[in-house]
Amino acid sequence: MHNIQCDVAIIGGGPAGLAAAVSAKKQGAQKVLIIERDTALGGILQQCIHPGFGLTYYNEELTGPEYYGRFIKQAESLGIESLLDTMVLEVQPTGKIICVNSKYGITYVDAKSVVLAMGCRERTRANIQIPGTRPAGIYTAGAAQRLINRQNEMVGREIVILGSGDIGMIMARRLTLEGAHVVAVVEIMNYLAGLTRNRVQCLDDYDIPLLLSHTVTRIVGNERVEGVYVAQVDENKRPIGETEEFYPCDTLLLSVGLIPENELSRATDIEISAVTNGPVVNQFMQTSNPAVFACGNVVHVNDLVDNVTLESEIAGREAARYAMGSFPQVKRRISLETGNNVRYLCPHLLDIADMDEQITLYFRVLAPEHNVTITAKSGDAVLYKKKAVKVNPGEMEHVTFKTGEIPASSDCVRVDVTKEV
Amino acid sequence: MQEKKIICTVCPIGCTIAVKGEGGKILSIEGHTCKRGEEYSANEFLHPVRILTSTVRLKGSDMPLMPVRSNKPLPRESLFDCMEEIKKTEAKVPVRCMDVIIKDILGTGIDIVATGNAE
Ligand SMILES: Cc1cc2nc3c(=O)[nH]c(=O)nc-3n(C[C@H](O)[C@H](O)[C@H](O)COP(=O)(O)OP(=O)(O)OC[C@H]3O[C@@H](n4cnc5c(N)ncnc54)[C@H](O)[C@@H]3O)c2cc1C
Ligand code: SF4
Repeated sequence: MHNIQCDVAIIGGGPAGLAAAVSAKKQGAQKVLIIERDTALGGILQQCIHPGFGLTYYNEELTGPEYYGRFIKQAESLGIESLLDTMVLEVQPTGKIICVNSKYGITYVDAKSVVLAMGCRERTRANIQIPGTRPAGIYTAGAAQRLINRQNEMVGREIVILGSGDIGMIMARRLTLEGAHVVAVVEIMNYLAGLTRNRVQCLDDYDIPLLLSHTVTRIVGNERVEGVYVAQVDENKRPIGETEEFYPCDTLLLSVGLIPENELSRATDIEISAVTNGPVVNQFMQTSNPAVFACGNVVHVNDLVDNVTLESEIAGREAARYAMGSFPQVKRRISLETGNNVRYLCPHLLDIADMDEQITLYFRVLAPEHNVTITAKSGDAVLYKKKAVKVNPGEMEHVTFKTGEIPASSDCVRVDVTKEV
Repeated sequence: MQEKKIICTVCPIGCTIAVKGEGGKILSIEGHTCKRGEEYSANEFLHPVRILTSTVRLKGSDMPLMPVRSNKPLPRESLFDCMEEIKKTEAKVPVRCMDVIIKDILGTGIDIVATGNAE
């Protein structure tokens, strides 16, 4: 049995874990340890070879490997340690971490504070229940991305993609450039799930049809996928029988959403949000267990890694302060309320200390809308107000304000997105 | 005369801009909301360019592939031809991020460079 002591232990070495580690170390934590189950750091970005990372954080357009490469360099020069090929099995409420390492076997890590940065996983066919046979040739878009970009294995020749999320669209382009034919991208909603930029550069550039308000109704094939039936859906997302059409193909990719990876968090007795499926956190990215922090896709699914980095820097900094005994003394709790057309807010609540803090609340809208006003209000005070020409569930929005602006008589801040009249 | 509908990707609003032109000259631009969109749509109409990313086979490492990119945007119409060149190429360890893997691909003056590291 192997024992390790450290100040801050970080579970997951993707962009969230890396940014948290760098910021914890810079804040002054002595021993910072990243625990990662893969044989290398970088997380999902190792397979995201396309550009589109760092546009806001670095003000330049990087690929996934370049983006996390910069953080690995920093982590190395700061002397951050990592334990690779190590799967975390359990985080105990006391902060003790139980993991299994390929060399040491069962390993215990005692940390003064813990940062959860396990990322997310993809929704699969089972999650969305498509009827039909169970042939080979059905992949989640991320699994296909890993096979092609890291393992040099092509997944198919004639491809239908279900879901217009970013990963699906990026794979449509990648597969086309590799010589496959993408028959169509099929989206059940009447709007695009991912970023407009990806629609233009991944679908329109290659004349790949995007079928909005359509879904795959059935998969056909015994050994291998032979085709799928696609139908238009009505306003209740029910397929319209007479519109059903057969699309021959040998591969179906699913890009139907991501779910935070929270097996560990659940077992640790941390409060989980029913909307985001991630831990409930305050503005310090602190969970309901004061010694446990969380950041990145494990908290809520981000479309831009730049936002993950910012939020993870907070988690790392605060976990370091907790470990060093300099964490702020909390005076009162402010609840955050989702008003009109707001699906969730992250962080989920504010724990106010004496200082006047700048707060950024990230959120997603429930439905696309044009010409709206975004407001954050507390009692009679308007903390934030801005007009937006367009909002879309695929693109994360935010409001900012200072905690000092929240009236003493109020214990709630509410965010609304309302249509201008 | 040629007419193209271009979705502006400069900011998340995504205006649809109609550009008319003839013989490499712009005649009219309509539908943009700001100067940046005007510039973007004119460039998209006359000579669209894209960053190309892919992978090359990697010799001497447990990683079978090395991710690569064009160090500058390439003319959009040249992407498939560039892919043919990339498919023929193999990198050998050690490779450092930004090492040139293919110099001046297809005479474009643009290099294909590594985006990862391998010992
Ligand atoms: C397939 C895919 C493609 C994406 N493409 C883009 C894109 O093009 N642009 C963009 O900006 N964003 C993209 N995203 C979003 C991107 O994932 C996030 O911005 C960012 O990678 C999230 O970072 P993270 O560190 O939270 O998660 P990850 O990068 O997923 O890192 C989590 C890490 O935790 C490790 N881990 C999990 N559980 C354990 C455990 N029990 N023990 C030890 N280690 C564990 C994992 O191995 C992994 O390395 C994509 C996401 C996915 C899933
Ligand atoms: S034209 Fe201007 S406002 Fe419209 S999408 Fe382009 S940059 Fe944004």
